Amino acid sequence: MDGEVILLDAYASMFGMRLRIALAEKGVKYEYREENLPKKSPFLFQMNPIHKKVPVLIHNGKPICESLIALQYIDEVWHDKNPLLPSDPYKRAQARLWADFVDQKVHILGRKIWSAKGEEQEAAKKEFIEALKVLEGELGEKPYFGGEEFGYVDVALIPFYSWFHAYETCGNFKIGTQCPKFVAWAKRCMQRESVSKSLADPEKVYDFVLILKKHFGVE
Amino acid sequence: MPTNDVKLLGAPASQYVNRVQFALNLKSIDYEFIPQNMREKSELLLKSNPVHKNIPVLLHGDKPICDSLVIVQYIDEFWFDGPSILPSDPYDRAIARFWAAYIDDKWIPFFKELTTAKDEESKTALVEKILEGLKLFEDVFVKASKGKCFFGGETIGFLDIVLGCYLGWLKAWGIQLDVNFLDESKTPALVGWAERFSSDKAIHGIIPETEELFRILQIILARAADAASK
Repeated sequence: MDGEVILLDAYASMFGMRLRIALAEKGVKYEYREENLPKKSPFLFQMNPIHKKVPVLIHNGKPICESLIALQYIDEVWHDKNPLLPSDPYKRAQARLWADFVDQKVHILGRKIWSAKGEEQEAAKKEFIEALKVLEGELGEKPYFGGEEFGYVDVALIPFYSWFHAYETCGNFKIGTQCPKFVAWAKRCMQRESVSKSLADPEKVYDFVLILKKHFGVE
Repeated sequence: MPTNDVKLLGAPASQYVNRVQFALNLKSIDYEFIPQNMREKSELLLKSNPVHKNIPVLLHGDKPICDSLVIVQYIDEFWFDGPSILPSDPYDRAIARFWAAYIDDKWIPFFKELTTAKDEESKTALVEKILEGLKLFEDVFVKASKGKCFFGGETIGFLDIVLGCYLGWLKAWGIQLDVNFLDESKTPALVGWAERFSSDKAIHGIIPETEELFRILQIILARAADAASK
């Protein structure tokens, strides 16, 4: 039996989307609880006292925080169906490194695109495209980062595709024309039901970014 | 793949490199240590880690593995018949990974900030944050060890390696700032753990002597002050 699984999440969170995809891939039944960000509930503070962030996966009352850690947890507990990490230790190491790259580059640069202005924003846009090109290089001719099968790095990265519209609007630039291979990969992933059902609507993501901009006092 | 063709690109005073050395020792893996000059990066390093150009890099045969936490997990998974480094229970593994990420993303950066801290006020604030972190780790230790010797329980595990690698630098910084970071009255469990960890045969001799780290710290601080004044 799966036990009691709760996902404390926020609709537009790309990190939450990772876990929604993984739970769907594994066919796990869970209760979805929405946090009304940027306001945070006492329950969130209780479940994630250190970082106070979504998503939090709560399995039989025990919280697991940080999306990549929770992703590995889901893969390990429900290891029988649709494994996300490869079984070969070297390939696993590469997958972990590339997922970290997504967090360090795609996420941080993407955030600068919507929250910074002027030179800082321009630099972020340039480095963001460079990061996507590095990822295109890593993908090569493979259908997925995992190879023939949809896997860990694909799950870690695809949620950011739902944020492209927000990045493009805030940054006044086009991503797809500069990274066509990336977009082709993203559309391939979107054909999976676990992905299309888990990713937020890009317009709603943009609305959320506008709320964040107001909250953080960004013009 | 020959399991004895293992090379480690690193520097002896790097706590991240030391983590890999601990893991290799725990699994009794022989390896060749290839010291790197980080101010003049070798072709081998740049070829092995083109994205981040950093140490440590483990070369297993012709395969490079980068990032100390990724390398330690690789060592644990490849040489799975040696003593386990990560806990066996998935939830315990998640907790170990969580605190490892916290140590690297939140706690160790406080020390990096100390190298460029300009006034006493900011230094004091950073010392406070470091001490708060240690109090957190005291609680984590009590929960994770379940009354045994290490974060990993009976034997040295992932969190022992991730935090323990910094014990030498913690002492060097303590001398620099005249602060007793591991205070028996505040974090008694950690003090006991630090002694047991440092004297374990897989660990002993890897972390350079405190005098050597203190000497290197002076160079780091001088370089930071120099860079700031330009």
